[in-house]
Amino acid sequence: MTDIIDLDLGSARDGLAKKAFSALELARTHVQAMEDARSLNAIIIETPDRALADAKAADQRRAKGESLGAMDGIPIAIKDVFCTKGVVSRACSKILDGFSPTYESTVTANLWQAGAVMLGKTNMDEFAMGSSNETSALGPVASPWRRRGDNRPLVPGGSSGGSAAAVAAGVGLGATGSDTGGSIRQPAAFCGLVGVKPTYGRCSRWGMIAFASSLDQAGSFGRTVRDAAIMLRAMAGYDPKDSTSVDRPVPDYEAALTGNVKGLRVGIPKEYRVGGMPAAIEDLWQRGIGWFKDMGATIVDISLPHTKYALPTYYVIAPAEASSNLGRYDGVRFGLRVSGDNVLDMYEKTRATGFGAEVKRRIMIGTYVLSAGYYDAYYLKAQKVRALIARDFTAAFEQVDVVLTPTTPSAAFAHGEIAGDPVAMYLNDVFAVPASLAGLPGVNVPAGLSPEGLPLGLQLLGRTFDESGLLNAAFALERAANFTARAAPWWRQ
Amino acid sequence: MTEVKPYQVEGVTGGWEVVIGMEVHAQVLSQAKLFSGAATAFGAEPNSQVSLVDAAMPGMLPVINEYCVKQAVRTGLGLDATINHYSVFDRKNYFYPDLPAGYQISQYTQPIVGKGKIVLDLPDGSSRTIGITRLHLEQDAGKSVHDQHPDHSYVDLNRSGIALMEIVSEPDLRSPEEAGLYLRKLRTILRYIGSCDGNMDEGSMRADVNVSVRRVGAKFGTRCEIKNVNSIRYVQQAVAYEARRQVDLIENGGKVVQETRLFDASKGVTREMRSKEDAHDYRYFPDPDLLPLELDPHWVEDLKSTLPELPDAKKARYVADLGLSPYDASVLVAEKEAAAYYEAVAKGRDAKFAANWVMGDLFGLLNKAGLDITKTPVGPDQLGSLIDLIKNGTISGRIAKEVFEEMFASGEDPAAIVEAKGLKQVTDTGAIERVIDEVVAGNADKVAEYRSGKEKLFGFFVGQVMKASQGKANPALVNEILKKKLTA
Amino acid sequence: MALDNAAVRKIARLARIEVTEAEVEHYAKELNAILGWIEQLSEVKTDNIAPMSRVVDMKLPMRKDIVSDGGKQADIIVNAPETAAGYFVVPKVVE
Ligand SMILES: [Mg+2]
Ligand SMILES: [Zn+2]
Repeated sequence: MTDIIDLDLGSARDGLAKKAFSALELARTHVQAMEDARSLNAIIIETPDRALADAKAADQRRAKGESLGAMDGIPIAIKDVFCTKGVVSRACSKILDGFSPTYESTVTANLWQAGAVMLGKTNMDEFAMGSSNETSALGPVASPWRRRGDNRPLVPGGSSGGSAAAVAAGVGLGATGSDTGGSIRQPAAFCGLVGVKPTYGRCSRWGMIAFASSLDQAGSFGRTVRDAAIMLRAMAGYDPKDSTSVDRPVPDYEAALTGNVKGLRVGIPKEYRVGGMPAAIEDLWQRGIGWFKDMGATIVDISLPHTKYALPTYYVIAPAEASSNLGRYDGVRFGLRVSGDNVLDMYEKTRATGFGAEVKRRIMIGTYVLSAGYYDAYYLKAQKVRALIARDFTAAFEQVDVVLTPTTPSAAFAHGEIAGDPVAMYLNDVFAVPASLAGLPGVNVPAGLSPEGLPLGLQLLGRTFDESGLLNAAFALERAANFTARAAPWWRQ
Repeated sequence: MTEVKPYQVEGVTGGWEVVIGMEVHAQVLSQAKLFSGAATAFGAEPNSQVSLVDAAMPGMLPVINEYCVKQAVRTGLGLDATINHYSVFDRKNYFYPDLPAGYQISQYTQPIVGKGKIVLDLPDGSSRTIGITRLHLEQDAGKSVHDQHPDHSYVDLNRSGIALMEIVSEPDLRSPEEAGLYLRKLRTILRYIGSCDGNMDEGSMRADVNVSVRRVGAKFGTRCEIKNVNSIRYVQQAVAYEARRQVDLIENGGKVVQETRLFDASKGVTREMRSKEDAHDYRYFPDPDLLPLELDPHWVEDLKSTLPELPDAKKARYVADLGLSPYDASVLVAEKEAAAYYEAVAKGRDAKFAANWVMGDLFGLLNKAGLDITKTPVGPDQLGSLIDLIKNGTISGRIAKEVFEEMFASGEDPAAIVEAKGLKQVTDTGAIERVIDEVVAGNADKVAEYRSGKEKLFGFFVGQVMKASQGKANPALVNEILKKKLTA
Repeated sequence: MALDNAAVRKIARLARIEVTEAEVEHYAKELNAILGWIEQLSEVKTDNIAPMSRVVDMKLPMRKDIVSDGGKQADIIVNAPETAAGYFVVPKVVE
């Protein structure tokens, strides 16, 4: 039999059902893996006692024939962006030092309701602002992956870098992420995982620390499409506490995974062929197109003419919303306070000390684009361009069922490699951001290796609320790509 | 009617006109807050009526209270205003310790209610129409307490998130009196609608007053905004003070700068607000946590058809159907409860006569006792019965006043008082003649004077007769018989 | 629309972030680079295009007017840096 630690979520679920092992054994194995992987800095708060208690409860339910289903007894890790009751939650910012919520986010509450076992909180870019996990106040995350013959630590991507690194290192069978402009799909691509961001409105944002409210959406990481689908189903659902949550039933995503894509119309947007894209990425994309063809899908060339403007649009809207969302971090009710001569001084010192460089940069940009005299030229303009970008997708989805693109323009890079140039960093999300602006679901499927031996992913985008169709296409792609590479476990020493 | 002289501030260089615009924050009478389920009751323990949303905890989101939307629309209809079927909630961003999120959810470019009007009832019976610019829904902030500690302020978020209607007027008001009348009339309308209790002591209605001065007919001057004035009297004082200050400033070669000021009630002055020194740039933008507010036109129509009769309509009806003077009608409709009381008294009776009793005797005693109409010891049925006793000649008007005072003190029915005290009017001609004969006999000298032409003495005789009958003699009969006896 | 140091200071003040003189220089450079890159949006023709007002096509949901929350002063202030008698405490605000 395979070692328990090597099982993916789907297989572990089956093993628990057959009583091949207990949830407690599974939890112990993952707690051990978590301890072994501390050098990655992927998990910033470990909750082993909680994990074991959760697992025992799952075993008791199972013994009584009251198992809660697919997630019952499954150990997972939670991105620090989700507020977890009694467990410090700070979006990896110094400004939320010691903040212990008295409430549980809807997404995590749904997971616990489904029986999931909590291992700990994962590292992330501060307030989800970053694409490399280097902006975390708790230090960078080392990707489990390394370039062939090169021991330099690589970034896991971001902002859900800790979640991606954890699952890729076998710590947890899945992890939650949040995606504002690629923060699930890009790290999934860098770490060789499946990462899915559902349609905006599918998962509740209640209790998820806000970055950019019109873009933020929770999603899941798994080793396989099935894993990500099982977990997403448990997370999703209507929440009357979130005015942007959609009141629609959540389908059984796993049941939709037939792998049949005959007649599926797969759109290939010509605008995603950007200059300077490495040959390996272009090749992978072509291979993806070939796989779909071979499986009987129809390839359709489409145009998304405003693609080029998505990134600058995003870098107006997201910072604008962030500048306002982060106004609540003022040292009055929670988190860090740096005292000052008066209230103003206290605010300025608290925020100057509590926020890191990238967060401050974005607050400044956001404040500027909303300020008197600039609102129309920047913010309003960006919201108009955003409408055009969304319209491009609406038109495209009249012709196709899914859109296939590369997920990132490159493989993972080393720590510090592009940290000095904000715009170069932003370009990481060039393929991810357009769908975020339009609120569409997207998924990364690991599909190949770069010449240096690093994972590369393909992105599929779907119609609004058609996660089932999207995940089935991803499932077919996953089978065709047959990506089996795993990072060598150097971190276990 | 005397011509009312327009209000002016007399300066050394001549007269100045005052231009006033009003922004009133009226708290919606709802159980729960605008975007959270916490209670709105007044006077609770600090931070006890606060939800995680009101404290702007990380990850918290607003969900709107339908009832507050409904009350804003009903109020808009009561102000004869345009209801906007599409409106947007914006964030107004600024930092203040009692503003937990760092922004207030408000409505900026697309409010729920557009242009409307309020008609002021002036004391001379005429009226003046004041334009309403808009009404929008927004959240209240918390409360900072500054006087508990020498170098700390204390923050209580119980008010944070309570629904307010901000009602903005055009700069159409021209005197402190008009400013007062405007607030009274607005409060009347809000109370009729039931959307706000208008209680300024508890802060459920607060006024921001914009004041500027100009030469009559000239362009508007630079205005100052006096924030959060919490009584009508203070508004009037603040306007008078501020207008004088601006005139003195200009006449001494200074310039009015646009600024936010506070009214210091203990000194009766306005002063610059230090915490607002910073030029503000609120960076409004649509709140991405909320969607646009779209109203079903049928729903709005339904609300319109179920609105109560409003003060202007009621006043018009009192004038047209009941024959009251415009001024009397406006006094009676000023409070919904008073109007209802009056109508109950007037029903099936002489409406003008009833109006005199309600406005004169009842309001007089209530006022003296410091009571509200809702606390009146004399019910409308009782006052009605009293009027009936006068009208059917059981008691005289003079006795009636005495009876009414007794009713007010004891709460007893008028008939019982009249009975117990034997106050029934004497209409027995023989009895009255006997009294008159006594009076005539006892004042032979005055009778002679009267008969020789000093007709003024007639009043004296009436008085003597009434006194002798302890006020119970029917005055008409006394007049008639006395005249006969004196001329005989 | 290049940002000068004064503009950076003004933005930092609005955002309530203390900046040192050295940081002002640095921010001016960085923000100008980002804004310059954003400038390309002006190429897009947006006449008669309504700005995006919602991501999902749905109506604003509403709650009933029922008191369902509050009564948890301890939870509200438990994470505060300074409290007294149930209040949050801040340095004196002078109105
Ligand atoms: Mg105002
Ligand atoms: Zn207001």
